[in-house]
Amino acid sequence: MLVLSGIGVIVAGFLLRFNPLLVVLVAALVTGLAAGMDPLTIVAALGKSFNDTRYISVIWIVLPVIGMLEAKGLQERARAIVASMAGATAGRLLWGYLLLRQLTAAVGLISMAGHAQTVRPLLAPMAVAAAERQGLSGDDELDRIKALAAATDNIGVFFGEDIFLAIGSILLMKGILQSAGIALPPFALSVWAIPSAVSAFLIHGFRLWRLDRRLTRRLEGARP
Amino acid sequence: MISLAMVYAFAGSLFAAFAVLGAADRSNPRRWTTALFWALLALSMLAGDRLGDLANGVLVLALVAIAGAGGLGRGTAHEVSAATREAGATRFGNGLFVIALAIPATALAGTILAKYAPGLLDARQATLISLAFGVLVALAAGYAWLRPAALMPLQQGRRLLDHVGWAAILPQMLASLGAIFALAGVGGAVGHIVSASLPGAGLTALVLAYALGMVVFTMVMGNAFAAFPVMFAAIGLPLLIRAHHGDPAIVCAVGMLAGFCGTLMTPMAANFNLVPVALLKLKDRYAVIRAQWPTALPLLVFNIVLIRVMAFP
Repeated sequence: MLVLSGIGVIVAGFLLRFNPLLVVLVAALVTGLAAGMDPLTIVAALGKSFNDTRYISVIWIVLPVIGMLEAKGLQERARAIVASMAGATAGRLLWGYLLLRQLTAAVGLISMAGHAQTVRPLLAPMAVAAAERQGLSGDDELDRIKALAAATDNIGVFFGEDIFLAIGSILLMKGILQSAGIALPPFALSVWAIPSAVSAFLIHGFRLWRLDRRLTRRLEGARP
Repeated sequence: MISLAMVYAFAGSLFAAFAVLGAADRSNPRRWTTALFWALLALSMLAGDRLGDLANGVLVLALVAIAGAGGLGRGTAHEVSAATREAGATRFGNGLFVIALAIPATALAGTILAKYAPGLLDARQATLISLAFGVLVALAAGYAWLRPAALMPLQQGRRLLDHVGWAAILPQMLASLGAIFALAGVGGAVGHIVSASLPGAGLTALVLAYALGMVVFTMVMGNAFAAFPVMFAAIGLPLLIRAHHGDPAIVCAVGMLAGFCGTLMTPMAANFNLVPVALLKLKDRYAVIRAQWPTALPLLVFNIVLIRVMAFP
């Protein structure tokens, strides 16, 4: 049970707001020591898996493109598009993006969009521009719209990707079932991602609809 | 064949360029340690396979030491004025979107290409390789049409990365922690506690324990993939499928999605929940999680009901 002490380190470290990298490193050391590994072995194991997981940090290669486009006015252009669209609201915009993200993820196009590629340069500024037109202002309120844009991307990709047959989680489940002696085609698993995908779309869509309604009421209440 | 190693070489060269440009940025009060951080990441990308495990581990310790000591800063040089950006938006118009969409379009083309022209690129890594191609295509189009100063895309990319700061490698660090957890047998210990606490529980209680176990363990590990084998071995297979004859497809697929609800509510899923906070410069570190839990909780209830009702007719 001692090996669970690393989990305690994680929880305490995040609650006390230490630097997360430091928290993760200490948790790894504590867990390894509790399992009876010697410090050099732990450091080497960390090094090996850090090296094996470099693909995770490759995403940052998009930043020069995003930086170049933003310096040439991409965010401003995204805002201008929203301003020219009659009837564009923050809720409707995010709703449309949610649908698009779920559908593309369902056919396996996961890295077509994401926080660096689409949320920061396009979706967040568009949603903010729409929300400003609906009467929102100030950093706190607009930060919440930006966070909602990031949340919408996450929800869209999480509850779309499992419909795709060749996604990692489906292959993982198929492999684990196989080792338990249960043979299932990937299709049998991915079809059961559909009810939750529809439900995610309805629940999050409902929240977005309520956001628009709340903003409209507030705007009407503010008028004399 | 185009392989992942070439993508790492490309990424490493970019991080190296960020390090050099960062060292020259006098507006950053911590320019030397900031530059060292990105230089170490460049070394990892360029030469990680030749360093050996222990040297890679020391590299990780150095990265964490720099970040933990507050060694990452950012400069004010290369900020672009609102007027300049407005002028660019007016001048280039919707063409800016075309370049932005070149990345996903190339990713799509690359995925299709990998399917119909096997051997051209490593099919398992087609997405990342296509992403790298997309970046090259977008950069080429940008240089040709927007005519930025030669180093401008690099300087702007570095500026954005400095805003992300240490959060840039947190997802990779968490994946490494997952490997240590696996070596130490954390999953087995959790599974043991869970199965020891459940004798005599009714079917609904078992479904609840399975789904909530997925959520809690996913929140701790930051990843439903790490939680699934543990909860499946502890409850899913022996109790739900074998003892109560639940439909294995539903128990697995929907159980995994219950775990995804947990991913929406944990800072441990850094690439989804903390990285956007840095990218969008939000003040509240947990702003994205706050925006997600009201969707995640009802969805979790739906998934639990779905397992209980559909897997056990």
